[in-house]
Amino acid sequence: MDFAALVRYGPELASGLPQTLLLVGQSLALGFVLALVIALMRLSANPLVSGFAYGFVYVFRSTPLLVQIFLIYYGSGQFRPFLQDIGLWVFFRDAWFCAVLALTLNTGAYTSEIIRGGIQSVPFGQLEAGRAVGMSPLQLFRRITFPIAIRQALPAYGNEIILMVKASSLASTITILEITGIAKKIIAATFQPVEVFIIAGAFYLLMNFVVTQAIRYAEYRLSPKSPAARARAEERRQKAILAR
Amino acid sequence: MPTPRYLALAAGLLFAGSATAQDWSTIRIATEGAYAPWNFTTAAGELAGFELDLAADLCARMEAECEIVSQAWDGIIPALQAGRYDAIMAGMSITDARREVIDFSRSYATTPAIFVAPKDSALAAAELPEIRIDMSDVTDEQQAVIEQLRDLTAGMIVGVQTATIHENFLREYMTDIDIRTYDTQENLDLDLQAGRIDIALADQSGWQPLLEGATGDDFMRVGPGFSGGIFGEGVGVGIRQEDTALVEKFDAAIQAALEDGTVSALAIEWFGFDSAAIP
Repeated sequence: MDFAALVRYGPELASGLPQTLLLVGQSLALGFVLALVIALMRLSANPLVSGFAYGFVYVFRSTPLLVQIFLIYYGSGQFRPFLQDIGLWVFFRDAWFCAVLALTLNTGAYTSEIIRGGIQSVPFGQLEAGRAVGMSPLQLFRRITFPIAIRQALPAYGNEIILMVKASSLASTITILEITGIAKKIIAATFQPVEVFIIAGAFYLLMNFVVTQAIRYAEYRLSPKSPAARARAEERRQKAILAR
Repeated sequence: MPTPRYLALAAGLLFAGSATAQDWSTIRIATEGAYAPWNFTTAAGELAGFELDLAADLCARMEAECEIVSQAWDGIIPALQAGRYDAIMAGMSITDARREVIDFSRSYATTPAIFVAPKDSALAAAELPEIRIDMSDVTDEQQAVIEQLRDLTAGMIVGVQTATIHENFLREYMTDIDIRTYDTQENLDLDLQAGRIDIALADQSGWQPLLEGATGDDFMRVGPGFSGGIFGEGVGVGIRQEDTALVEKFDAAIQAALEDGTVSALAIEWFGFDSAAIP
């Protein structure tokens, strides 16, 4: 074990950190929007709409992400004339776009199931109460269903974020130099896989430590039983009394 | 809880295992299986190629029982060091950087590195001379060609297989290029065909599947063939530094195979030209 190597390769590996964070951030943001749409489609009464959503989730959850990345990147290259004709080649030519697309579709599929579970866990009584005070379906979704669903889904979604941080390493297989890509490059030149992967692994640990803490904090803030939430509720009650 | 007797037995088995390996009556050889025609995987999932045939010949000469395993290129040296196999035959060039971590047999083949680009590339008009350049002894004339190539490729996206002598060359001799690295030559070919890269550098023999394939007519060789110097001393068998006896065995077998023309015959069969090393 070459301990000096840990120091030597640290800075170069750290230069991949922004790439990894950007890749995960973009995919999670786009994937969440996609997941929301898919989850609502999945809950639709129309069998065609819910069937499509079910098919999408089934395909992307049941195939390996590595296969999806390869198919989107190298597969799109096989259809270059067609993609050029319809003007989409500019996107597919770019490895970054292909990586974000694959990660977005993948996390979209998983997250939609998490959100669906959250939505279905909203107690019927709460919805009834909302309707009783005359909320429109949109108001009902925005004020009651969505907040409760998110609170329910948060622990599972935290898991998904952690999985995404790790899954982003697969982008290194399509020429993207994020942390794992840079690690492979250094190993290629130095033949020291153990040392380099230890540092790379430490970076993933660090990122996921921050994610874990952030999710714990969000869970605490959103929990109706937390002192902070109780204080906020009390404050609102006081204001309501004063306003009367 | 294992008693000392069991421990002794286990230790005995361990040492017995390494003792039989030491006389090299059995040798485990790793290849990549994705670098046609050197070594590749057939549609049936079997390994084939120049090095597979050569390995069979060398093993017969060494009177050894050989097992061929496939291993991804980027981990092929670390796994040798970790003892997962005893030798590498995977189109691996003998270079000083690799010599620092592993040992090599004498070379059995040598082929130049060439650039390949699509025929509609801006480089087509330049008509660089297709000369042979020995990087350990570059003349002024050849240096001018290298500099011309450097100027012409400025701003281009250049593809190369990762952890190769070709990647080292690009990083050392070319400037102002965007280097994309690939795990295999096959994926490099795919991206050159897809137009994601403007030009790529690889071994002449490694280009054969692309240039002789269905879309081969769309691509052309660009400029000189490089060898020597940074490109190493040809292709040899990679072996752990402590296994000097195995290096000697391979050296003798390769020397014999080169002298009786076996390597040349196999090279002509697989590459279409004689890429055997000089005996």
